[in-house]
Amino acid sequence: MAAQDVHAHTAHAHAAPQGFVRKYVFSLDHKVIGLQYFFLALTAVFVGMILSLLMRIHLVWPGAAIPLIGEIKPETYLSLLTMHGTIMVFFVLTTAPQGGFGNYFLPIQIGAPDMAFPVLNMLSFWTTFVAFVVLICAFFVTGGAPLHGWTGYAPLSALTNTGPGEQLGADLWITSIAIFCVASLMGALNFITTTLDLRAKGMTMMRMPLTVWSWFITAILGLLAFGVLLSAGILLLLDRNLGTSFYIPLVVVNGQVMGHKGGSPLLWQHLFWFFGHPEVYIAILPGMGVASQLLSTFSRKPIFGYRAMVYAIMAIGFLGFMVWGHHMFMSGMSPYSAFAFSLMTMAIGVPSAIKTFNWLGTIHRGRVRFQTPMLFAIGFVSLFVSGGLSGPFLAQPTLDIPLHDTAFVVGHFHLIMGVAAIFGMFAATYYWFPKMFGRMMNERWGRIHFFITLVGAYSIFMPMHYLGMAGQPRRYSQFTELAYLHRLIPLNTFMTYAAIVTIAAQFIFVINLFWSMKKGPKASDNPWEATTLEWTTSTPPPHDNFGGMTPVVHHGPYEYSVPGAARDFIMQNDPATVTTSH
Amino acid sequence: MATFIPAVEIRAPQGGHGGSDSHPPLRGGGDGERGRNGGPDFGQRLRRARLGLAVATAPIVMLFVSFASAYIFRQGLPTLDDKSQAYVREWMPVNLPVTLLLVNTILLAVSSLTAELARRQITRQVALLPVRSIPGVSLGRETKFPWLGSTVVLGIGFLIGQAFAWRELAARGFYLATSASSSFVYLLMATHAVHLAGGVAVLLYAAAASLLGKSLESRRIVVDVTAWYWHFMLVLWAGIFALLEFAS
Ligand code: HEM
Ligand SMILES: [Cu+2]
Repeated sequence: MAAQDVHAHTAHAHAAPQGFVRKYVFSLDHKVIGLQYFFLALTAVFVGMILSLLMRIHLVWPGAAIPLIGEIKPETYLSLLTMHGTIMVFFVLTTAPQGGFGNYFLPIQIGAPDMAFPVLNMLSFWTTFVAFVVLICAFFVTGGAPLHGWTGYAPLSALTNTGPGEQLGADLWITSIAIFCVASLMGALNFITTTLDLRAKGMTMMRMPLTVWSWFITAILGLLAFGVLLSAGILLLLDRNLGTSFYIPLVVVNGQVMGHKGGSPLLWQHLFWFFGHPEVYIAILPGMGVASQLLSTFSRKPIFGYRAMVYAIMAIGFLGFMVWGHHMFMSGMSPYSAFAFSLMTMAIGVPSAIKTFNWLGTIHRGRVRFQTPMLFAIGFVSLFVSGGLSGPFLAQPTLDIPLHDTAFVVGHFHLIMGVAAIFGMFAATYYWFPKMFGRMMNERWGRIHFFITLVGAYSIFMPMHYLGMAGQPRRYSQFTELAYLHRLIPLNTFMTYAAIVTIAAQFIFVINLFWSMKKGPKASDNPWEATTLEWTTSTPPPHDNFGGMTPVVHHGPYEYSVPGAARDFIMQNDPATVTTSH
Repeated sequence: MATFIPAVEIRAPQGGHGGSDSHPPLRGGGDGERGRNGGPDFGQRLRRARLGLAVATAPIVMLFVSFASAYIFRQGLPTLDDKSQAYVREWMPVNLPVTLLLVNTILLAVSSLTAELARRQITRQVALLPVRSIPGVSLGRETKFPWLGSTVVLGIGFLIGQAFAWRELAARGFYLATSASSSFVYLLMATHAVHLAGGVAVLLYAAAASLLGKSLESRRIVVDVTAWYWHFMLVLWAGIFALLEFAS
């Protein structure tokens, strides 16, 4: 690693690269790599979305013949479910906010010419890409994609004869995840070193934009969590292929005694959730950073309680490593451990609430500009609150036991992790598009996209809470024949229609995105009148970000409407001395 | 093993960019002393590489910690016996080839020492570069002992020794899937070996780098970071060995 970076540096300190391959494919420029991550995630989100559409259609019209696929069989439903979850969690929610926007904007926002280790950065993107290709291959091998869900519980996932998708498909699945872990570790290493070592003069830690703080803490979570997932994956591969029994107890499958003995399926759950809970924060923290940045910018007010925001991110990250057991209340754990996990989980509500109050405090009495990025940032807060409120319910073991295997949990995590994080990405896209592509996105279509998506997402996921309480199980391919669920069919049908409309509305976004790249009105260097360093450089930024200059930072990141200042915002590198708030 | 050619010119230290600004920033933050416009700044690159290594040890530690906790967790777990249909404790301690492993440990410890000497040797060479580049100045005889090469040889020796240990384990009837304990022995040893092999590859690169015309300073960074990594590998191995020997 170190050896290659020595290369990288000499290559990078010099002129911009020439030739298509060096410039756009194996580029060392963090901006190009950021866009590569972005487009990878965009591809992944479309694949994942189509899979979810098929699932929703199958749920309410189980016999329907889908063009090209035909009727969806129960095992196919489980494959769709697994691949949907895996693609969304790893290749969308982990890839775009951190790998995409973090890569592009973290170095610029701290005034650095690039990431600390550019070759490593390129490697981490291409490794992620390989992981994605390996995962997609699972669709096309004999037996098809795995059935064990994105959480891959053993022993289902650890044996090779438990179902069609559990053959080669499951091997590809776990291999893909292991490769993804390595890629994420390389990325996290780069983010942390860059933040610690490459800040421009004057960019103290407490002057970093909250986006940078959230990428930084996310990288620390990734650094500690992905190593554990990797270890879990290695053990799973050994169990599947080399006859070990880490996860497999004495089991009988289809009347056949398997040669395994003494392993523990709970070991997988512990390792997986030790990663899994930090992972949900890896998905959401960057969105929190973007929301903070945008709420302040578009309210023309300093962020409310900057330091409290920083400490809250740290507290969430820290507590996030001590609550994994709340996913395992059903596992027969001792009530004392369940109590401890429950308490720690509810403790996370405190920093989450601090953040929410500070966001509201930031908008309060601001001169709010309701442009598309701001709408999505507000939508993020809304979804974070409505998805987060169900968390403390699930954190009570007594409530969780009836709710755990129902649609209630699906509603909880889709609102808070799925849709809220996606709103963070939409906000980031509309906000930074002018800097990335030099043009503005269409405002009117942006708003239409926002309103349909907001209403649509709530229509799909809010009713799931009700369905769960009424007893609709999750991960069942068919429920329409169950008499006690008959009453719920109309509501489910409504949710499927809502999904169709919401998914259709995403094409508005994609068309807007590509159309604006070519045809959008030219953007100025600082169209939103924001303060952070990416808005001081030209649009799009030159190869080394600041055109041979090194920015010097004089101000905190959110100096809006400072009394006595000439304009209602002071750029971070503005040498003016009207500083009052730092 | 390699001859070092002082090919790099000496630059004056870079002044702080923006230091002449009329309103200097309140506090230091990052630093301006980058040398970013004036060619590579090796001191800063060394610091960055060391920081990167320090960060990189965290996930490696996590990987081994999770294996180790799985090991301890599994040890305390009763197993369902298929004949008696009762839960029994069947942890079967592995009969480790302790002498061989001790020899390997000594090999690794010595290689850690030679890695350190290689690190100091190249550091001294870099420090003497400015003097050497003065025309007509000779520093007389210098120690040229191939510490780097010795480290590579000893490292490979350790890996071969571990392979022998595996053969010995197999001869005693312990294969990967024989018992939970033997699975963990192979797992921990193999994961450590893979990490050490990575270090060997980097050192080979460092040795080859002089042939590839890399500057002494660049090679110094590689050697420095790898030496620290090597010490880390030694500590890690000591931990694994202790775990396998005493917690079985
Ligand atoms: C105050 C905050 C939160 C609390 C108290 C909380 C609590 C819980 C609990 C107790 C469960 C387990 C439910 C079960 O499986 O029976 C759960 C599941 C889940 N939560 Fe949260 N949560 C919170 C915030 C979040 C956030 C911020 C995210 C993501 C960004 C998230 C994502 C998830 C996911 C993905 C699952 C389900 C995983 C699965 O089983 O497939 N949660 N939450
Ligand atoms: Cu959790």
